[in-house]
Amino acid sequence: MSVTIRRSEQPPWTVLSVGGDLDVVGAPDMRQAVVTAVAEGSRLLALDLSELDFVDSFGLGAVVGALKRVRQRGGELALVCPSSRIRRVFEICDLDRILSLHDSTDTLSELSVVVSDGATSTRRRP
Amino acid sequence: MSDMVEIEIPARADYVSLVRLVVAAAAELAPSLEPSRIDDLRVAVSEATTNAIQAHIRSGSTRPVKVCCRCSNGSVVVTVRDEGPGFDVDALTEMPPPESEARLGRESGMGISIMRALADHSSIDSSSEGTEVRLAFLVGGQVVHG
Repeated sequence: MSVTIRRSEQPPWTVLSVGGDLDVVGAPDMRQAVVTAVAEGSRLLALDLSELDFVDSFGLGAVVGALKRVRQRGGELALVCPSSRIRRVFEICDLDRILSLHDSTDTLSELSVVVSDGATSTRRRP
Repeated sequence: MSDMVEIEIPARADYVSLVRLVVAAAAELAPSLEPSRIDDLRVAVSEATTNAIQAHIRSGSTRPVKVCCRCSNGSVVVTVRDEGPGFDVDALTEMPPPESEARLGRESGMGISIMRALADHSSIDSSSEGTEVRLAFLVGGQVVHG
């Protein structure tokens, strides 16, 4: 199964819903979708992996690249990853320590966005 | 007594998903591993197969990559063999800590760490004639050495 990518807006977030296999074949497609979204001005980007069937190191690399790109523009990345099976691969590489992980896109609206010195950060509303 | 499945694939990235499918299906036929361990197997085999394919592509080899899966009541052992130029296993570098700026500059190089973390036992034998990766998944997940 190849990767599928669907873009939607959930202001202030741009959401890329990624399904299928995020591997050596699928990762470049997601990387390109991220590059396009960031170039078009999206500073708050969410990768929704709810429909993802498979991820390996190439998918992780594309997510790391997405994090780097949004932060270079002063933005922030959120990862929606309800599957423990998918999340486990991120945890093996300790990427859960630097990624903002969520169980559902519903929780994105619970994040308050703080812009300071041109950099964006998010925190959960009290 | 073990069942063996062997496949040879062209060195093309779009064959990696086929290898994942075949190896996972073979492991399910020998009902020794729990479903979560078969998920681990799919990821580790994907890493090894992708690396093998890339080794052939880099060296211009048109030879196939060979994958062998042996399933028994006690284990699933997968061997991925390429005829690429090989690499120095001891020269592999550690990833910077996730919180460091340097870490965001490393979008590749996680595959071998993932294989080693997921398999109960793994080994890499590499020379100028090629590389063989062996991944063992054991019933009960006990770690063995050797």
